[in-house]
Amino acid sequence: MTEFPGATGLVLNEPLLWERGRRGRCGFSLPSRDVERRPAPAALTAAGPDFPDLSEVDVVRHYTRLSTWNFSVDAGMYPLGSCTMKYNPKTNERQAAHPGLAGAHPLLPADLCQGALELMAALECLLAEITGLDAVTLQPGAGAHGELTGMLVFHAHHRHQGKPRSKIIVPDTAHGTNPASASLCGYRSVAIASNANGVLSPEAVAAVMDDQTAGIMVTNPNTLGLFEENVKAIADIVHARGGLVYCDGANMNAVLGMVHMGRMGVDVLHLNLHKTFSTPHGGGGPGAGPVCVARHLEPFLPVPRVRLVDNRYVLSEDFPLSIGKLQAFWGNTANLVRAYSYILTMGAEDLKRVSQLAVLNARYIKERLKGIYHLPYDRPCMHECVFSDSLQQAHKVNTLDIAKRLMDYGFHPPTIYFPLVVPGAIMIEPTETESKEDLDLFIESMKAIATEAREAPDRLHQAPTRAKRRRLDETAAARKPCLTG
Amino acid sequence: MRYLPHTLEDIAEMLKTVGVESLDGLFASIPADCRRSAPMVLPHPLTEWELNAHIDRLAGRMAAGPAYKVFIGAGSYEHFIPASVGFLTSRSEFVTSYTPYQPEISQGTLQAIFEYQTLAARLLGMEVANASMYDGASALAEGLLMAARITRRSKVAVSRAVHPLYRRVVETYLKPTDIEVREIPFGPDGTTLLSAVADPAELAAVAVQSPNFFGCIEDVAAVSGRAQAAGALCVAAFSEPLAFGLFKNPGSLGADIACGEGQSLGIPRAFGGPGLGMFASRMQYVRNMPGRLVGETKDLEGRRGFVLTLSTREQHIRREKATSNICTNNSLCALTAAVYMASLGGTGLRELAQLNYDKAEYLKSQLRAAGIRLPFGAATFNEFVAAFPDGFDAVHSRLIAKGIVAGLPLGTYYPELKNHYLLCATETMSRDDLDALAREVAS
Repeated sequence: MTEFPGATGLVLNEPLLWERGRRGRCGFSLPSRDVERRPAPAALTAAGPDFPDLSEVDVVRHYTRLSTWNFSVDAGMYPLGSCTMKYNPKTNERQAAHPGLAGAHPLLPADLCQGALELMAALECLLAEITGLDAVTLQPGAGAHGELTGMLVFHAHHRHQGKPRSKIIVPDTAHGTNPASASLCGYRSVAIASNANGVLSPEAVAAVMDDQTAGIMVTNPNTLGLFEENVKAIADIVHARGGLVYCDGANMNAVLGMVHMGRMGVDVLHLNLHKTFSTPHGGGGPGAGPVCVARHLEPFLPVPRVRLVDNRYVLSEDFPLSIGKLQAFWGNTANLVRAYSYILTMGAEDLKRVSQLAVLNARYIKERLKGIYHLPYDRPCMHECVFSDSLQQAHKVNTLDIAKRLMDYGFHPPTIYFPLVVPGAIMIEPTETESKEDLDLFIESMKAIATEAREAPDRLHQAPTRAKRRRLDETAAARKPCLTG
Repeated sequence: MRYLPHTLEDIAEMLKTVGVESLDGLFASIPADCRRSAPMVLPHPLTEWELNAHIDRLAGRMAAGPAYKVFIGAGSYEHFIPASVGFLTSRSEFVTSYTPYQPEISQGTLQAIFEYQTLAARLLGMEVANASMYDGASALAEGLLMAARITRRSKVAVSRAVHPLYRRVVETYLKPTDIEVREIPFGPDGTTLLSAVADPAELAAVAVQSPNFFGCIEDVAAVSGRAQAAGALCVAAFSEPLAFGLFKNPGSLGADIACGEGQSLGIPRAFGGPGLGMFASRMQYVRNMPGRLVGETKDLEGRRGFVLTLSTREQHIRREKATSNICTNNSLCALTAAVYMASLGGTGLRELAQLNYDKAEYLKSQLRAAGIRLPFGAATFNEFVAAFPDGFDAVHSRLIAKGIVAGLPLGTYYPELKNHYLLCATETMSRDDLDALAREVAS
């Protein structure tokens, strides 16, 4: 009998913060007062916010208990498609927390922050080499922020050419952030459909590409986990009409060491350091979304840029065509340190091996679950594979039920109902850090759930039963929002 | 490689299942014209111990730690961070989880963010706060975009006393839109010259920062009165929210949107990031808000639980019509701020804010006694502007050699403020530190 990871144990209840505590407690060692108290102007002051007063023990128990209600990569497999929930190495946390880096003020004079500037310059070079593009900015705070940066670069480029453009081509398989980022630059998204093979055809692009179109945003591999094999021909069509090619690098984990973005015809690419380069997701961030560009777009990158002048690193503002600034300071440095540490730990061969194993893992799951779950595009996938619930629909079981039941077996569900082109999509991205044993357990769980869907569908409808909470009423939450306590 | 679990036997067996001969064969769908012509050239991989030594070397070339006294705030503040905050927020369950799209197994993050939203709303005096944005500058830019959506107007007025780097980010965000940014000058006391706001009836928003870039407390009530009388919104920015432990918060002064930086609340400066974009507004505007929101609900058995909600505003549902493109935010930093605020409590926050005020007031008095001019008369919180005599830059450089960074020169940002420096004194500076600074800059 296979033992699945899902189990129940003693989980402790915990009230809301302000339902704990007693007035007069404090969980903070107040610094001693060595200057006299001076009254601030009474007209400007107030009593201060109504916060609960808690001891340090109250606070520690509170958050320790809450933490145990979370699923996490460190606890188990988290095969969320498009999110690359790989293991987050612990040594990277040590490096990011180094007091010299974590304690540094961002506006230090250049001579007092050479270490961080050297790290940033080196990371830019590493990312350029890995992607095959020429210049890099580390400033964007996350993937969508990188997309916005890329769209601002498009906008600035066309304006500089004296011909601002109004539209952008976005495939129907794209992440929602793509059209939303384009909208922020005033671009109207022109959606194009992928073909019967799940990829873009040059004809579809040629049919809409005109001299009012700024370019195209592609995700490669795309969100069906398929390599956009016509991407070079598509880039040629877009370039011939004066457009630019943006690549959403969210799925870079599939192609490290294999693909050269420059040769592929990509002008701008963002990377998600919190996906491909192992920085943790933190329950929804912070991430980091560096943007890599081809040489001709370098003048438009955000400022300041790190430069080596007379053997000394400086932050230079001297880029008159720059789009400006995306964050007040230089980027999410702590995550830059983590990604830099990861790349230095791996080296070229192991980074390539990352993508080989990520693809092997996805392909293995695809082969072993094919037929048990419907596979709408039965083609060689890259780092993720997309199934649907169409075989289970006959038993009145849907993707949501399958996802919730997977929790009871001890796995985080895959991404569901995305991409939109597959109704009831189940998008599985195992990543390279899952072992064959864990993949086998996941596959056995998915098979057992498919059997339950036939024989005991109500178990799926009722799931999860082993989590901290049963299914939650999301409709009620939205109808009458309660957003503060 | 210790993060890659596959043995050669595993790989062989899996390839057999997949029906492919070699690992390279997995990539047959990539056409030749997309492939690299040569392998990546990266440094030889480091062991964990070599990496430690390498990072130690880089970090050793940074002015941080007890050897340096850095009297710079300007949007990034040194505060004591209890060890408990770091321990709790380093827990793997928080750090290595994803956005809580599956609420049944993400209640830890969801409740913590709901509590963060509540504490943030109480701190700012606002009705609703979101789950976080990237940083204070991008939060301000999003606040102005939101005001334009609500009012359907296309001009905003932003005070020149708002952090200059925030204004650069605003400019970047608004440049490709048809929204025009007008600058409001500041007056001789260091606060915004509200009388200089022209044609408020055309404006979507009037934006000030309080405490402003010079540390001065703005008259936010006057701003909101003037803006709202003309149908514009009052957008109140901030970079030092600890001030609201002592000074009136934006909500109590009538702000419609409050947005700014929360790094002060237990988050290390980390050379500028990640910080915490805080974003709050009136409840009537919630459906125009950018970013994620956590809401309370019940599960099947009627027990209290939390979910992401009002997501029809967001990019993954609304795509090009979303209120923002933001997806990944700074959730772990929001958690950190919540743990920090919970540790301080109401009593602690008040006392800590008072202490920050007192330290800066003490430094002001010592500088004045040493003959240094403090040009702005408005009340300040924990930072302020000092005007030094010509040639002070040489003194500034000499002090750096002694491990003292005597403030931020303002001439780069404000040409008219040559020889003016922005000085910050928080609770981390002892009286001796402050005395030493006053003595050195006067010598």
